[in-house]
Amino acid sequence: MSGGVDSSVAAALLAEQGHDVIGLSMQLYDQTEGHASFGSCCSIDDLHDARRVAAAINIPHYILNFERQFNEQVVSNFVREYTSGRTPLPCAHCNSDLKFATLVERARGFGADAVATGHYARVEQDASAGRYRLMRGVDPAKDQSYFLFSLTQDQLARAVFPVGDRPKDAVREYARLRSLPVANKPDSQEICFIPDHDYAGFVAKHADGVSTRATGTGVVVDEHGRVLGTHAGIHRFTVGQRKGLGLTSSPTGAPMYVLALRPADQQVVVGPKSSLERTTLTASGVNWIVEEPPGPIRVAAQIRHRHQAAGATVRALGDAQAEVVFDAPQIAITPGQAVVFYEHTTVVGGGWID
Amino acid sequence: MNDSHMRVYFDYNATTPLASEVAAAVARTSQDLFGNASSVHYFGQQAKAAIDEARSAVAALINADPSEVVFTAGGTESDNFAIRGAADAAEPTGRRHLIASAIEHEAVLNTLKALARRGWRTALVPVDQSGRVSPDQLRSAMADDTALVSVMHANNEIGTIQPIAELAAIAHERGAVMHTDAVQTAGKIPVDVRALGIDLLSLSAHKFNGPKGVGAIWIKRGTRLQPILTGGKHERNRRAGTENVPAIVGMGVAARLAIGKMSAEAARVSALRDRLEAGIVRTVPGTAVNGGVSARVPNTTNISFDRVEAESLLIALDLEGVAVSTGSACSSGTLEPSHVLRAMGLPAHRTQNSLRFSLGMFSTEEEVDRVIEMMPRLVEKLRGLTRKTATA
Repeated sequence: MSGGVDSSVAAALLAEQGHDVIGLSMQLYDQTEGHASFGSCCSIDDLHDARRVAAAINIPHYILNFERQFNEQVVSNFVREYTSGRTPLPCAHCNSDLKFATLVERARGFGADAVATGHYARVEQDASAGRYRLMRGVDPAKDQSYFLFSLTQDQLARAVFPVGDRPKDAVREYARLRSLPVANKPDSQEICFIPDHDYAGFVAKHADGVSTRATGTGVVVDEHGRVLGTHAGIHRFTVGQRKGLGLTSSPTGAPMYVLALRPADQQVVVGPKSSLERTTLTASGVNWIVEEPPGPIRVAAQIRHRHQAAGATVRALGDAQAEVVFDAPQIAITPGQAVVFYEHTTVVGGGWID
Repeated sequence: MNDSHMRVYFDYNATTPLASEVAAAVARTSQDLFGNASSVHYFGQQAKAAIDEARSAVAALINADPSEVVFTAGGTESDNFAIRGAADAAEPTGRRHLIASAIEHEAVLNTLKALARRGWRTALVPVDQSGRVSPDQLRSAMADDTALVSVMHANNEIGTIQPIAELAAIAHERGAVMHTDAVQTAGKIPVDVRALGIDLLSLSAHKFNGPKGVGAIWIKRGTRLQPILTGGKHERNRRAGTENVPAIVGMGVAARLAIGKMSAEAARVSALRDRLEAGIVRTVPGTAVNGGVSARVPNTTNISFDRVEAESLLIALDLEGVAVSTGSACSSGTLEPSHVLRAMGLPAHRTQNSLRFSLGMFSTEEEVDRVIEMMPRLVEKLRGLTRKTATA
């Protein structure tokens, strides 16, 4: 229970259905040292909100301290990815490495059969094959299956998503009907542990000890290696970025975009929008939710949270790798983000873009 | 497990249930004695008389003179008053140094930190593996300008009783004021301010079946102490603010009850505690009792469970209807392992896998046996998961 409306309603629905529900909230970072600005997910106010909701629906509630695990499994990875010229997806790591790993384990210690969250996704067991299937939530604007692609069969078997079969409006309406204290609370945005959205500042502050790569300055070059300017660290950029390049003029006069980040020589490569287009990608750490396909299959592949999944052919390469060939070029395929394969609304699998 | 009568409450060091006599007195006073104790008229006099009776009762609990007892809003205020008040009073004399033990309650430790930010030098005296402050260590920590030494009478997490009289003598050799936080001993074991040889003592009513939000500080006559709450002339100019008459009356009743039954209760509760401790250590492998057992308050035991996160075990117990606590303050914002166990030099894993069981007035043998019976199963279940993770 994050203290937000979705997990609050998830808990309330289960309690109403007569399940024996235990409310758990994760404390993920130190909140003693005056983080007064924390306004997003998991701040101390949110933990209080979670407690108030638990009291309102009459379930026990506990705060589990996962600061160490969060730092090791999510924050370090986040910083390492940025300093390696990649754009991380911490929520997906948090789901597969923390919520549906450490948290589930703890909950089992308390006798829980399953762990429910407020994710907009659906899970069901395939009657014939026995495998668990992951599907998009019914509200297309809120679907979060993209962030859950790396859940294993064991993890899916213990996952429950009570709001996945409802539109967001209905979830809020239910919260109001039940007079949950968070019914009108705004949705959380962005990355919970960086509420001021200053990712570059966060990475610079946490880079020591996590990454051996410097977050130092470097040059901005075009596709032909010509130096166009300087920059204050590659961790400040993401592929497809247009603003903040610090270029006084573009050689062609057309807008310039970040095409690639080269951590080895601290270079930011820029070029015109057309150069952002790619038709193929490879992915690592691939997780197949269906049986791993023996040959190429047709999917709709989604390359970031707000991307319209596009027709593609995907082929498993072995060693948890896969190759994706899109029918049409895609803009800004970004290393570090997930590529998730769908068949209609069902998640076939996914991996991390190389 | 929603029936509170089916639940086991073994967290008396956090707070205690009200004695029924106390609850009745608080209710009666709230109804009948609404007067402001500072008022000249009948209503004021009635309230004042009730406070004075409570003051006598609290004084009797600690072998003090009633005129030396000042009511406060609880143990934390009493600790603040003792330390800040003594520091303020000593400042003109040039003394700028404060000492406490490393295992004090946050009310003491954080008050020292606050004064350190205002230029005071502070020192924390270490404890040995049993959790006892060594007099020699205190002696070497003392400075010529030490204004105050604060060492708790018994520790809230492990129950170890400190050699206060010996420590007070050392403090006095160098002209420092001696304060002891007796929140965990008052009402459990005899507390005699004269025998302890101290100058200031903190008390809290809700630790001995009294109401929350009321406590007292004993200020030995002649001790120089600046008030920290300024305002009207309440409590002989020492603590401003209209007195919380019902709570103070409740504290007085709780004090009288404690005086009456202390020796019998101490024997009864310590037998239960020993039974619980021995039962757990016998039936659960990989357990160890933390802190010295020879000088300990009768109601407390602190036990480490190998390969179990205390946080998980506490929750598992609560879901079975048993309320205990961990030493560490995890849910309040930090993952700090218990500063008490750390100060005792215990290895890191033992500072994060320990539970405190503290018993009291309403604890029964049947409850003790129920907890002993469930512990092996709960611990094994959590350990099984840990093992699986480790090999995954």
